[in-house]
Amino acid sequence: MALNIIKRTYERMKAMELEFKVLSNSLVIKPKGEIDSESAAFLRRKIDLEFECTAAKNMTFDLTEVDFMDSSGVGLVIGRYKKVAALGGEVRIKGANRTVARIIELSGLGRIVKMI
Amino acid sequence: MTNHIKVEFEAKESNVSFARLVAAGFIAPLDPTVDEAEDVKVAVSEAVTNAIVHGYDKREGVVYMEAFSYDNTVMISVRDTGYGIEDIAKAKEPLFTTKPDEERSGLGFTVMESFMDSLHIESKIDAGTTVTMTKRIGSR
Repeated sequence: MALNIIKRTYERMKAMELEFKVLSNSLVIKPKGEIDSESAAFLRRKIDLEFECTAAKNMTFDLTEVDFMDSSGVGLVIGRYKKVAALGGEVRIKGANRTVARIIELSGLGRIVKMI
Repeated sequence: MTNHIKVEFEAKESNVSFARLVAAGFIAPLDPTVDEAEDVKVAVSEAVTNAIVHGYDKREGVVYMEAFSYDNTVMISVRDTGYGIEDIAKAKEPLFTTKPDEERSGLGFTVMESFMDSLHIESKIDAGTTVTMTKRIGSR
């Protein structure tokens, strides 16, 4: 059993699952798993590439399936906000769990992105 | 009941999740609430990321993590032997970061301070930094 837990955790760490879709002019980004310094760097690359390829003006982070996030996630969202806002778009966050919501609140991120 | 663990690992970002897992496992016998366990995981994640990203800043190094528990209080320290912090008060300011180009939020110490009960930082230039945090578990 312990071996299974280690195996599952390792598999989760290795690959950050990520889904994209475009809904009413917004690129919806749905990461699954844990957002920390390592996975934020991966997400940054993937999201920027996807945003360039779509014609969407806005971004929506769907955090429903994020079960852990530290301040690296805040850096990730602020970085995307700068890019999107420069082009006249908006960033929204939905589905943040309690801990994630507390980090967002602490950072003041709620003042620049819409929480839905 | 007291308990003590000591782990050390290479300063690699892929080891941050390992450190979180160790911390979560260590406090599990104290029967934390989901929120308490999350608070400790987030604080450890911030401290270990700081050690790797700022303490060693892409150099090779070792991160030393130690945890003690006494009754229902846990104390966790994270130590690096890297560059050290020039101005701790400045480093603790919310949103202050030496690495804005890497999209670091500058919130590490703010998060540690608000998610734990106490935070103590000791640092010496070119000798490294030790962050010690405590939290009372089982406040429900």
